Amino acid sequence: MVSLSPQNLPSADLTTDQLERGTSLWRDAWHRLRRNRLAVFGGTVVIVFSLTCVLAPWIFHLSYQDQNLDLGAVAPNAQHWLGTDTLGRDLLARILYGGRISLMVGLVASLVALVIGVSYGAIAGYVGGTLDSVMMRIVDIMYALPFTIFVILLMVFLKDPMQAVDAWLGRFSIFGFHAFEGMQGVGKILLLFAAIGAVEWLTMARIVRGQILSIKKMEYIEAARSMGLGTPRIIFRHMVPNVLGPVIVYTSLTIPAVMLLESFLSFLGLGVDAPMSSLGTLIKDGSEKMEEFWWLLVFPGGAFSLTLFSLNFLGDGLRDALDVRASKD
Amino acid sequence: MLRFIARRLLETIPVLFIILTATFFMIRFVPGGPFTAEKAVTPEVMRNLERAYDLDKPLWQQYTRYLRNVVLHGDLGPSFKYPNRTVNEIIADKLPVSLELGAEALLIALVAGLTLGVLAAVKSNTWIDYICSSTAMIGICLPTFVLGPLLVLLFAIRLGWANASGWYGPVDRVLPCLTLGCVYAAYIARLTRGGMLEVLHQDYIRTARAKGAGQLRVIFKHALRGGLLPVVSFLGPAIAGILTGSFVIETIFQIPGLGREFVNSAFNRDYTLVLGTVILYAALIIALNLVVDVVQVWLNPKLKFE
Amino acid sequence: MITRTTALLLAAMLAIAPVTMAAEANKPAPPQIWRVGNGAEPQDLDPQAIQGVTEDNVVMALFEGLASEDPHDLHPVPGVATSWDISPDGLVYTFHLRANAHWSNGDPLTADDFLQSYRRILSPTFASEYAYLVYDYVAGAREYYDGKLKDFAQVGFKAPDPLTLQVTLKNPTPYLLNIIASHCAWNPLPVRVIARFGAVDQRRTPWTRAGNLVGNGPFLLKEWRPNQKITVVRNPQYWDAATVKLDAIEFYPTDDISNEERMFRTGQLDMTYELPIAKIDAYRKDHPDTLRIEPWLGLYYYDCNVQRPPLNDKRVRKALALAIDRESLVKNVTRGGERPAYAVSYPGTAGYTPRARLEGGLDEARRLLAEAGFPGGKGCPTIELLYNSSETHRAIAEVVQAMWRKNLGVDVRLVNQEWKVYLDMRHTTNFTLARAGWIADYVDPNVFLEIFVTGNGNNDTNWSNPEYDRLFAAALSAHSNAERYEIYQKMDAILVDEVPVIPVYDYTRVHAVSPRIKGYYPTLLDHHPYKYIWLED
Repeated sequence: MVSLSPQNLPSADLTTDQLERGTSLWRDAWHRLRRNRLAVFGGTVVIVFSLTCVLAPWIFHLSYQDQNLDLGAVAPNAQHWLGTDTLGRDLLARILYGGRISLMVGLVASLVALVIGVSYGAIAGYVGGTLDSVMMRIVDIMYALPFTIFVILLMVFLKDPMQAVDAWLGRFSIFGFHAFEGMQGVGKILLLFAAIGAVEWLTMARIVRGQILSIKKMEYIEAARSMGLGTPRIIFRHMVPNVLGPVIVYTSLTIPAVMLLESFLSFLGLGVDAPMSSLGTLIKDGSEKMEEFWWLLVFPGGAFSLTLFSLNFLGDGLRDALDVRASKD
Repeated sequence: MLRFIARRLLETIPVLFIILTATFFMIRFVPGGPFTAEKAVTPEVMRNLERAYDLDKPLWQQYTRYLRNVVLHGDLGPSFKYPNRTVNEIIADKLPVSLELGAEALLIALVAGLTLGVLAAVKSNTWIDYICSSTAMIGICLPTFVLGPLLVLLFAIRLGWANASGWYGPVDRVLPCLTLGCVYAAYIARLTRGGMLEVLHQDYIRTARAKGAGQLRVIFKHALRGGLLPVVSFLGPAIAGILTGSFVIETIFQIPGLGREFVNSAFNRDYTLVLGTVILYAALIIALNLVVDVVQVWLNPKLKFE
Repeated sequence: MITRTTALLLAAMLAIAPVTMAAEANKPAPPQIWRVGNGAEPQDLDPQAIQGVTEDNVVMALFEGLASEDPHDLHPVPGVATSWDISPDGLVYTFHLRANAHWSNGDPLTADDFLQSYRRILSPTFASEYAYLVYDYVAGAREYYDGKLKDFAQVGFKAPDPLTLQVTLKNPTPYLLNIIASHCAWNPLPVRVIARFGAVDQRRTPWTRAGNLVGNGPFLLKEWRPNQKITVVRNPQYWDAATVKLDAIEFYPTDDISNEERMFRTGQLDMTYELPIAKIDAYRKDHPDTLRIEPWLGLYYYDCNVQRPPLNDKRVRKALALAIDRESLVKNVTRGGERPAYAVSYPGTAGYTPRARLEGGLDEARRLLAEAGFPGGKGCPTIELLYNSSETHRAIAEVVQAMWRKNLGVDVRLVNQEWKVYLDMRHTTNFTLARAGWIADYVDPNVFLEIFVTGNGNNDTNWSNPEYDRLFAAALSAHSNAERYEIYQKMDAILVDEVPVIPVYDYTRVHAVSPRIKGYYPTLLDHHPYKYIWLED
């Protein structure tokens, strides 16, 4: 069946061939994405780096926390490929373990922000009227509330649930196998997502609302409405896919912001506990020692930049791929 | 349009009221108070201190009293951390500095960001695009706490062209404004590119092109209008943030702006200063979001003020 | 706002112009302006309302007490008082004030000013945090502070004539003069001037702003630009103005220590407040003449909550204390020449060095832990170590954590909190193990030992020991320092035996100081009486 995707509706110039193959927005996009070499490259780098980080404990022999105080900070060498930090810990191991945290925080928290922001903005923009007013004033309020205080309060009041989560995970076992043993601080990470998600969706919501308003009066939406489609269907099936471009671009900007925000939150005590680290905190520490121990800034910063560049290439590719009109030029 | 603006301004009152109230009570539930210090204050002294600052009164009484002072007299109260200054004075003293820093940085951000973004979009998927987009990405990958010190090391210590920090002469403006401007330039460039690409393929642009409009005319008259929508949405809150100061930049460059007070007042549990800065920020956010909504209608003639 | 800034600049230039021109005419040497990194923005400059080092650094330039400090070892030397007599029982101090002591507005400084000042610090409505430095010692002061005594004349302060001040104490307090010389709580205040800006016993009056503030120290407040700098210039009314060599001191609030070091390198500062740890080695190698490492009367330690298992067992506490390799810690982590601490008191405080010492190596530590029921750390619950967010504290905690895991098999979880949350948790003993530090206010072994007396607000450990309390009380009424120090030896021994706190190291002050600075000597309190300092070109 031909899916009633917004692109199909107004376009008289769709070839019958496409119609017969039942091309959906997503399949089309996937085809175009695969042809975009930069995007493929970006996607590959992201996947490879993520896999390396996730599999670090099994594929890399050095630990992120084993110290060698007498060694101290040494430049890259045969034994420590990226050098060591001031406590003599292997930097590569710290980057890989830090990458796990940063990628997880960056992706999950951005996703949270994305889902909330897009739905919220789309509903406000489409429904309009009083509901829009109220929803957008709530966004204004959320913007203005002091974030630092919000985070501290979150930690104070959710401390017990956090510890309950950790305790439950510690006890959790499948066939006598304690899958999450020693995973202290999972509760804190969940809270971290909540804290970041709570602020990052605001601008997303405003952007989506602006876009939705701009296409609300377009012919194909009117057409969908006249066909008697339900509001949720119109919003999520026909309007949201059409504003995905800015959404993707803004999401690719949210990810680095979130990763750096994490290092501020870890200052407030929210995030991973030392000696575990994240890319953000590694960069922060490295930036204070850049003249003496350049590798402590350059390599974590390099890993951070590589990830972001790749994510952005992928994001641009996705944006282009989802932009049906562009493909017709 | 005037009716629209008037209605929005009216809506501001309950919004500000909610923000003020929520903040007032939120900060009181945070552990530690303005007088929590490393050398513990003896209980007698603490009692006396609280009495001196009216903190011994019931919370609702403190609240109504504070509200009355703010609404009737515009008096944001004395600072807890800096006892010889009032919050009004601190804001009056530091806001101009942050405004100046922010305005200059914003100018850099807009000029650089829009140029890079438009170029990248018009020449999309060519080398020009890659260069522009990569430049913008560097701005995103270099956090201010890295870029700032790097610029200082280069221009102040190596070349000796500027001071390491301070806010005295015109030269002192360059490095902080550049640092702050770069980040926002990167965001604006990315959003402009994305927004422009959305629009460049829309039917009305094709129509314009088909009618024989020149490339420049198409870009500036037609494409930029629609393409700027996401940038404009982003700019509302971003400008509010940029004008009220950046904590990191002001700390790195020792600038006496308001951005440090925003963050430090929360750390110091300086209740009145927190409230004062929050009210200011809220007013700015609301005002700028209103401007954004007006601009959006102006950019998109199909919209009407609802 | 640009025009306003320009106007300010113009005004500043005009203000400086006559000074520079005069200087050019009289002496060829440039004005002696000392630019100092001062850590943070001072909260206030009211000597009775401040608590921090940054505030104290400025106040020391603006006020002077009855006695002041010797620049080499801080022993009390004549200040506003030319001399003093102490009664044979050590209870009555009679200060003879100098006739040529003046306030910076020209008013004479009399004994009555002292009475008014002490009345103010003891007033409960003013709620001075340091009021205890007066009411703990002076007869009747505590009763007055608590409101049991209404008449200030009943408190142990008397002014028989304008140039004589008599102080009667509760106990002979051999270190009283050290407090008076080193601590601003005993400074005289211009109470008549303060009264012009509001109620004398209220905070939040603008009397400490530039233009309003009147002092009696070697310098006077010229300009206070919040978060930018504080400028003090020489005070012509100061009785010893001839000794003062500097024309001005500029105090810069330097929150960011990396930036502060860069300011030092570009020549914006003559002295930093701190030095980033990563820079210490580079300075040692490349600029040994600017690197200053000075002893500092302070202790870095870990508080044990002695009621929470497993730290309720003193054998566990002692095992932890013994299993830290302090030599390696100070050599490799803190790097600033800190001295490993094996007892609470600071060796060499006013002639006192604790004999007690944490002794026994790792074997002893493991034996004690096994004895407590955790052989090889088995069965020992994970201990949470609380610290405030800072790179240095984190590095120390990470290293100690690794040492305890390796040496004892004990698992430690590191928890960091933002400063005030951390303080709140510490003061309410809501922790198992917490990082702490203590910097002395004056030079006497009493400063560290008094913390652990039952009921002291800074004893965050829940630890209480009747014998220790009894010894402390006995020390207060001791008649000679020798007698007192013997009691302190016993108290230090109790602390080493019971280990309510795990001493880690004795602080040092590490900063970059331009070689141009002369007359600046290392002292235990990091006090450097400014009137003896000069710049050499």
